[in-house]
Amino acid sequence: MEKQDHRFRIANREALIGIGLAVINFLWWFGFAYGLGSKPPEEYSYILGLPAWFFMSCVGGFLLMSVLVIFVVKIFFTDVSLDVEDEEFK
Amino acid sequence: MNIAVVLPLFLFILLIFFIGFWANRSIRLSKKDFMQEYFLGGRQLGGFILAMTMMATYGSASSFIGGPGVAYTQGLAWVLLAMTQVVTGYFVLMILGKKFAIKARQYKAVTLTDYLRSRYQSHTVALIAAVSIIVFLFSAMAAQWVGGARLIETVAGIPYTSALFIFAASVLVYVVIGGFRAVALTDAVQGSVMFIGTLVLLIATIIAGGGIDTIINDLSAENPNLITPFGAELTLSPAYVSSFWILVGVAVVGLPQVTLRAMSYKSSQAMHRAIIIGTVVVGFVMLNMHLIGVFARPILPGIEVGDRVMPMIALEVLPAWVAGLVLAAPMAAIMSTVDSLLLLVSSAFVKDIYVTYMKPDASEKRVKTMSFGVTAVLGILVFLMALQPPDLLIWLNLFAFGGLEATFIWPVVLGLYWEKGNKYGAISSMLTGIVSYIVIDQFFSQPLGMHSVVLPVVFSFIIYILVSLGTSQEYVSHTVEQSR
Repeated sequence: MEKQDHRFRIANREALIGIGLAVINFLWWFGFAYGLGSKPPEEYSYILGLPAWFFMSCVGGFLLMSVLVIFVVKIFFTDVSLDVEDEEFK
Repeated sequence: MNIAVVLPLFLFILLIFFIGFWANRSIRLSKKDFMQEYFLGGRQLGGFILAMTMMATYGSASSFIGGPGVAYTQGLAWVLLAMTQVVTGYFVLMILGKKFAIKARQYKAVTLTDYLRSRYQSHTVALIAAVSIIVFLFSAMAAQWVGGARLIETVAGIPYTSALFIFAASVLVYVVIGGFRAVALTDAVQGSVMFIGTLVLLIATIIAGGGIDTIINDLSAENPNLITPFGAELTLSPAYVSSFWILVGVAVVGLPQVTLRAMSYKSSQAMHRAIIIGTVVVGFVMLNMHLIGVFARPILPGIEVGDRVMPMIALEVLPAWVAGLVLAAPMAAIMSTVDSLLLLVSSAFVKDIYVTYMKPDASEKRVKTMSFGVTAVLGILVFLMALQPPDLLIWLNLFAFGGLEATFIWPVVLGLYWEKGNKYGAISSMLTGIVSYIVIDQFFSQPLGMHSVVLPVVFSFIIYILVSLGTSQEYVSHTVEQSR
C-alpha cells in the first residue's frame, strides 16, 4: 500500500504542474492577443509579416509551450510502474 | 474524375486496410484476454502512437474541414481561437496522468464506464455513462460520416451515395477486424499524413499568395478586421473566444474517447513522450491548418461554402498528385475520428451492457463473435443513417462534445483526486451537466457572452461537491454495510 501512496503523490504533483502550465499558456495567449491586438489595425507592428499580436500570441505562445513542456517533462516527471503490484488487488 | 488526385487517396486507403489485417493477426495470436486486446490494444501503446491517436481522434472533421472554412471567413481571429487546443496536447495526459492509468489497471477497466462503475460502486452511474456514450457518440459519428462522404464526393466527383459507400466500407473493414490496435495504428499514419499534408499545403499557399507580407497586406486592404483578434465583423468578443479554452481545451479531459486513450499506454515513459510529441503536433497542425484557411482568401476570393476551402485551395496551389496526397489529410482526420467512436460505441454495448448485465459468464468465443458482430452492425446502421440523416441525429450531434464534457468531466477528474466524491455526487453531477447544457444551449445561447458549455461545467462542479459532502454520512454507512 505504501508504494501506491508514493506513486499517487507523484501523480498529484504532475497534475498540479499541468494546471500551472495551462494557466501560463492562457495568460500569454490572452495577454498578447488582446493587449497588442486591441488598437486600430493601422497602428499594428509586424513580425515576420504577421501582425505582432498574432505572432506573439499564437506562434510565440506555441513555441513557448513546446519548450516549457519539454523542459518540465524531462526535469520534473518521474517514471513509475503502472502495474498492479499487489496481486491481492485483482 | 481526376485520376491523379484519386490515385493517392486510393493508395492511402489500401495502406489503412493492410494495417487492419496486420492488427487482426496480432489479436488472434495474442494469449491475453480478448476484450482487453480488441477494445484497448492490450494496454501496449507507445509514446508516438499514443500522441498521434489522441491528436487524430480529437482533431476531427469539424476542425479539419470546417475550421479552415471559418478561418477563411473570419480571418486571424479564428486561428487565435483554434490555438486554444494546444493545451489538450499536454493537459489531458498530465491531469489524468499516471493515477488514471494505475487505477484503470487495478479495476481491470476496459472502458470509461468500467472505471466509473468501480470507482463509485454504482450501477446507476455506469448505466448513465453507457447510455450517454451510445446516444451522443453514435450521432457524432454519423455526422462525421456525412462529412467524409462529402469530401470524397467533391474530390473524386462521384455521387454522394457511392462516396458514402466507399468511405463506410473502408472504415468498417479495418475497425471490425482490427479493433483498437488497428484504430491506434491507423491514427498514427493518419496523424502523420495530417502533419505533413498541412505543412506542404501551407508552404504552397504562402508561395502562391506572394509571401506572408503580401497576403497580410491583401487581407487588410480587403477588410482590416480580418487581421484583428475580433473577426471580420468584429463579432468575436474576448469572452467568447476565451470560452473555447473550456470547450476544445481543458474540458476535453472528460471526453470518453480521450479518457480511453489515457488508459491504453504501456508505461510512464510512453506517456512522457506522448505529452511532448502531442503538444508539438497539435499546435503545429492547428496553426498551419487554420492559417491555410486565412491565407487562401486573397488567392481564391469568393468561396461561398466554407467546407470547400480546403479541397479547392489544394487543387489550386499544388500539382494534382500532391493535392491528392494532401487531401488524404482531411480524409485521414475524419476516418481517425470515426474509427475510434465506432469502437467506443461498440464497447459500450458489448462490455458495458451485454457482458456486465446480460451475460457475465459469456464464453470468450461468444464475446468475440459479439464484438465483431456489434461493431459491424453499428457501422451498417450509421451508414443507413448517413444516407438520409434524420433531424434528431443532427440535433443530438450538436450537443455531442459539449454534452459529454459536461457529463463526464467531474465524475472522472474529481473521482480521481477527491476521495470524498461519491456516487450520489457523480449521478447528480452527470444529470445536471447534461440537462443544463441542453437547456442553456436551446434557450439562452451564449450566456454572459460565452459558449454555452461553460456554465454547465461550472454547475456540475458545484453539484458534485455539494451532493458528495451532503451525502457523505449516508455513503460511509452504506459502504460499510456493503463490505460486511
